[in-house]
Amino acid sequence: MARVGSTARSEALICLRGVAKGYRRGSEDLHVLTDVNLDVERGEFVALMGPSGSGKSTLLNLIGGLDVPTAGTIRVAGDAITALSRARLTAWRARHVGFVFQMYNLIPVLSAFRNVELPLLLLPLSKADRRERVATALRVVGLADRLDHKPRELSGGQQQRVAIARAIVADPTFLLCDEPTGDLDRHSADEILEMLHHLVAEFGKTVLMVTHDPRAAARAQVTFHLDKGELS
Amino acid sequence: MRFLPLVAANLLRKKARTLLTAASFAVALFLFCLLVTIRAAFNQGIDAAGADRIFVTNRTSLIQPLPLAYRDQILKLPGVEAVTYANWFGGVYQDPKNFFPQFAIDKDTYRDMYREFRIDDAAWREFLSDRTAAIAGAALAERFGWKVGDRVPIQGTIFTGEWNFHLVGIYEGSKPTDDLTQFWFRSDYLLENLPEGYPDGLIGWYAVRIAPDADLVEVCKRIDERFANSAWETRAQSEKALAASFVKQMGNIETLMLAVGAVVVFTLLLVTGNTMAGAVRERTAELAVLKAIGYGDRFVLGLVLAESLGIALLGGVAGTAFAKAFTLGGDPTGGLLPVFYLPDGGAVAALFLALGVGFAAGLAPALQAARLDVATALRRL
Repeated sequence: MARVGSTARSEALICLRGVAKGYRRGSEDLHVLTDVNLDVERGEFVALMGPSGSGKSTLLNLIGGLDVPTAGTIRVAGDAITALSRARLTAWRARHVGFVFQMYNLIPVLSAFRNVELPLLLLPLSKADRRERVATALRVVGLADRLDHKPRELSGGQQQRVAIARAIVADPTFLLCDEPTGDLDRHSADEILEMLHHLVAEFGKTVLMVTHDPRAAARAQVTFHLDKGELS
Repeated sequence: MRFLPLVAANLLRKKARTLLTAASFAVALFLFCLLVTIRAAFNQGIDAAGADRIFVTNRTSLIQPLPLAYRDQILKLPGVEAVTYANWFGGVYQDPKNFFPQFAIDKDTYRDMYREFRIDDAAWREFLSDRTAAIAGAALAERFGWKVGDRVPIQGTIFTGEWNFHLVGIYEGSKPTDDLTQFWFRSDYLLENLPEGYPDGLIGWYAVRIAPDADLVEVCKRIDERFANSAWETRAQSEKALAASFVKQMGNIETLMLAVGAVVVFTLLLVTGNTMAGAVRERTAELAVLKAIGYGDRFVLGLVLAESLGIALLGGVAGTAFAKAFTLGGDPTGGLLPVFYLPDGGAVAALFLALGVGFAAGLAPALQAARLDVATALRRL
C-alpha cells in the first residue's frame, strides 16, 4: 500500500525521497514542496488532495518527469529520473507515463483516432499495429464508434475518454491525472472515475490523480493530502 | 512520413490564413520570376552572342554607315575567316506601334555567319532567287499571323516609301536565347531601290567570324588599324561586348533587381514570420502536451519548420508555375523584350528562395516552440 515516509521500500513502483521544489519570484524564494517522501506500489490508485497552491500539480509534474526537483531523488521502476538529461527524460516519459489533463488537451484538428495514435508514432510500430492498438484503446474507453470524430464533435466526457485512451494506448508504466474530472458535470465525472477504477482493477494500471473533489478522491485506494508543500 | 498528417492538419487548421500566406509567397515569387525573366531578356544578346564573332561599326556611332568596299579588305586581314554585312531598315508594319528589327542582309554570307538560326534549305533557295524575298523569325511570324507565301508591306521610316516583301521562310533558333523576332530581306533589293538622295555603296555594319586559332582582341585591333585615319573609321568589338554595352545603356538592371528582390524577401520574412509566430503562440498548450507525451525539442522544432516550409513551397510552386505560364505567352511588351522566357535556373532559384525564406521565417518561432518549458506552459493552461 502507498505511504508517505522516509523508509525505503524496494518494491515501490514510484519512490520519492527528500524531494523539494522551489521557485524564485523576483527577490523572493518560494518553497512549493519540502522534503516529500512517497512510495506508490504497482497497481495502486492514489489520490492527491490539497488546497490551491499547495503543490499538487508541481508534485505530479516532478513524478511525470516534466519538471526537476531542486533537491531529492525520484525513482520510477528502478530508474532515477532525477539523473536524466532533458532529452532522455522526454524519451522516458514516452515509454512510462500516460498523462490525463483537466482540459483534455486534445489536438483539435485531429480526429479521435489520430489523437490517440500520437504516442504510438514515437514507437517502432507498423501502421497496422498502430491501428489495432488505437482501436483497442478506444474500445476500452467505450468510443470505438467515434474514431473519426474531431474533438469539437464530442462532449466533454467523451473528450476526456479520448484523452484517457491516448494516455493508455502505449501501455505506460503509470498514469498521471491532473484534475481529470475538474471540467466535467457530475455524471461525466462519475464515468471517468469509473473508467480509471476499471483500468486499475481490470488492467492493473497504476494511477496517481490530483483532485479537489472529495468524491473523486473517495474512488482511490489511498488519498494523500498536501498542504503548504508537505505531504501527509 | 508518419508525421505528415500532423503537419497537414496544422496547415489546414486555419485555411484562410495558410492560403493568404501562401498567396503572399506566390505573388512575391511571381514578381521575382518576372524580374529574372526581364534580366534574362536584357542579357539575352550577351548570352546569344557568338564567342567567335566581331561586330564592326562606324567609330562615330552605330547609326553611321560604313563603305561596302571594306568587306573585301576585312576578309583579307589575318585571323578573319568570314565576313557578312547588314543594314538597319527601321520600318513599321501597318501601324507605328508594330515595331520590330528589320535587317537588309547579304544573301551570300549571312546564313553561314549566323548558323544558330535554323532555316529550311528550300526556303533559303527561294530567298536567293527572289529579290523581294524575306524571312521572318518564328515569334515574329506568330505575332502577326504571317504564313509563308504572304505579302508583307513595310513602311520605311529611314528609307521612305512602302516596301513590299514576299515571305518565303520562317527561321527557328537552336537555343532559347536566340532572337526570333527579326525580319530579314535582301540587301541588294535595298541598295538597288534606294530613295533619291541616299548615298550609294554604304552598309550598316559588318559581322566578322574569326579563325579558330585567332585572337579576337588582336583581330579587332587589326581591323580598326586598317581603317584608321580614313573617312570611315571603324570600331571593332566582340559581339558579347556590344550586347553588354546595350544592356549598360539601359541602366544598372542588376542593382535595381537586387533592390526589388531584397524588399520582396524582407516583406515575405515579416509576413511569414508573423504568421508562424502567431501559429506557435496560439498552440502553446498543444505543443506542451506533445512534449509531455514524449515528443522531443527537435521534433517540435522540425514540426514548426515543416509547416513554414510547407507554406513556402505551396506559394513558391504556385508563383513560379504562374510566372512560367505567363512567360510562355511570349513578349508582353510588343517587341521591347524579344526573348522573353523564364530560364530553368531562374525557376529553381525562385523555389530555393521560397524555401530559404520559409526556413528563415519559421526558425525563430520554431526555436521558441522547441525551448518551450512543458511544466511552465502547462501551469498557464
